[in-house]
Amino acid sequence: MAINKIVETMEAAVAGIGDGATVLISGFGNAGSPTALCHALLDQGARDLVVVANNAGTGREGLAALMDAGRVRRIVCSYPRSGGSVVFEELYLADKLELELVPQGILSERMRAAAAGLGAIYSPVGVGTQLAEGKEEREIDGKRYVLEKPLKGDLALVEANLADRWGNLTYAKSARNFGPVMAMAADVTVAQARTIVGLGEIDPEIVVTPGIFVDRVVHVPTNAGGA
Amino acid sequence: MAVQTLDDITRLTRRQVAWRTAHDIEDGWYVNLGIGMPTMCSNYLPEDREIVLQSENGVLGVGPNPPEGEEDPDLVNASKQLITLLKGGSYVSHVDSFTMIRGGHLDLALLGAFEVSEAGDLANWTTNDPKFPPGVGGAMDLAVGAKRIWVLTEHCTRQGEPKLVKACTYPLTAAGVVKRVYTDLAVLELGDDGVVVLEMVPGLTLETLQAVTGPELRLADDWRELVAPEVG
Repeated sequence: MAINKIVETMEAAVAGIGDGATVLISGFGNAGSPTALCHALLDQGARDLVVVANNAGTGREGLAALMDAGRVRRIVCSYPRSGGSVVFEELYLADKLELELVPQGILSERMRAAAAGLGAIYSPVGVGTQLAEGKEEREIDGKRYVLEKPLKGDLALVEANLADRWGNLTYAKSARNFGPVMAMAADVTVAQARTIVGLGEIDPEIVVTPGIFVDRVVHVPTNAGGA
Repeated sequence: MAVQTLDDITRLTRRQVAWRTAHDIEDGWYVNLGIGMPTMCSNYLPEDREIVLQSENGVLGVGPNPPEGEEDPDLVNASKQLITLLKGGSYVSHVDSFTMIRGGHLDLALLGAFEVSEAGDLANWTTNDPKFPPGVGGAMDLAVGAKRIWVLTEHCTRQGEPKLVKACTYPLTAAGVVKRVYTDLAVLELGDDGVVVLEMVPGLTLETLQAVTGPELRLADDWRELVAPEVG
C-alpha cells in the first residue's frame, strides 16, 4: 500500500482538529505564514485554541482572522505587537486573549525539545528578568540557568515550497523560519505547499523536513503571506 | 566664562551614530543588528572589510535592500523589511539561527536600549506600560548569547533624562552584558574600572557630559573627539 499524504481539499487538510487544541503556526511576519490553512481551520470551526507563533498576526487575514473570530483563547509568542497587529491589540487590551511571552529563541528551542523527546532544557536566556519569574533556576558550572519546558503541538500548520507524496518538504528562502521545528513538534503536521512534485524529484541533499515529520500535504500555489 | 549647556553642542545624528559604530566592526566578524539605529549600520560598513550580517529569522549573509522590482516577499530581515542575500549567504531554520545567537557564535550584537546601567545591565524590551502589550523578540537571546553587546542610543531621553544610569528602572533584558555604548554625544566603555569615556563630540566637556549621565565618568587617557561625516 502506497504512502500518500497529499490531500485534495482544505477541509481534509484540517479535519479532526478538536476544541482546545494547541496549534503551532509557522511564519515570521508574512514570510512563511500558512494563510490558507488558517482560513481552513477557521472554516473547520475548532475553538478555544492555544496558538504558538512568533507574531500575533497582521491585518485581518490568516492567524489574525482566527483571532478575530474569537477562536483563540491563548497565544504563545515572542513579538505579538508589530506593524498591522490590530486584531491582537484589540483583543489583548479588551482582556479577551491570554498572552504568554517567550524569548524568541526559547520559543523554537522549547519546540525542538518537544520534538526531540527531552523533558526540559536549562537556558541562560531571561535569567534575572520578569520572564524568568516562577521558573526553576539552577547554577551549572558557575552560570545561572532557568528551566524551560517543552512546547508540543496537537497540530502544526506550515508553509512549504516543494512537497512530494511522502511529505518531504523544502522551503522558500527566509520563509523557512519556524517551519522545520514546528513540523517536528506536533502530533499532526499539515503543510501547504506551493508545488507538489513526484517522489524522487526533490534532491535528497536539499530535503529540509523529511516526510516522517509530516502527516498531510495540501497544494496551495500562492506566494508568501498568501499574496 | 558661562557654564556650558548641551544647547551649545552639535550632537551626532542617528545616522552618524550608526556610521561611527559601523567603523568599529572588525573584518571577518559575524554580526546581528537589532531594530532601529543598529539596522542603519548596514549602510555604513567599511567597504574594505568583509562583515557577515545575521538576521534572527534565519538569514546569514544579509545584503542590501533590493532594487525596485526585485523585491521578494520570501526574503525579509528581523524587522520584516525586504532584503537581499550576499554571495556566500545561506538560509537556516529558526532553531539553527538561535543556535548561532545563543551559542556564542556571533562576534557582536548591536542593540537599542531604554536604559543601560553602569554594571552593563540592559533594559530594552518593555516599559511595563499597560497600554502597550509587551514584546521581547530575540533581545534576551542576543543579549546573553553574542560575544559582545554594544548599544546604540540617544544619550538622553526626550525629556532630557540620562539613559546611562546607575541602576535600571525598567525591566531588565539581561544583567551585566553591555560592554560599549555609542550615543549622539560620546562613546563609552563599561568595564571593571567603571564607565570610561573613549570619545566625546567636539567642544563637549566631561562636566557637561557628566550632568546628563547617571554613573560617574572617567575620561580615557587617550580619549578622542567623536566625529562622523555628514551621512545620508
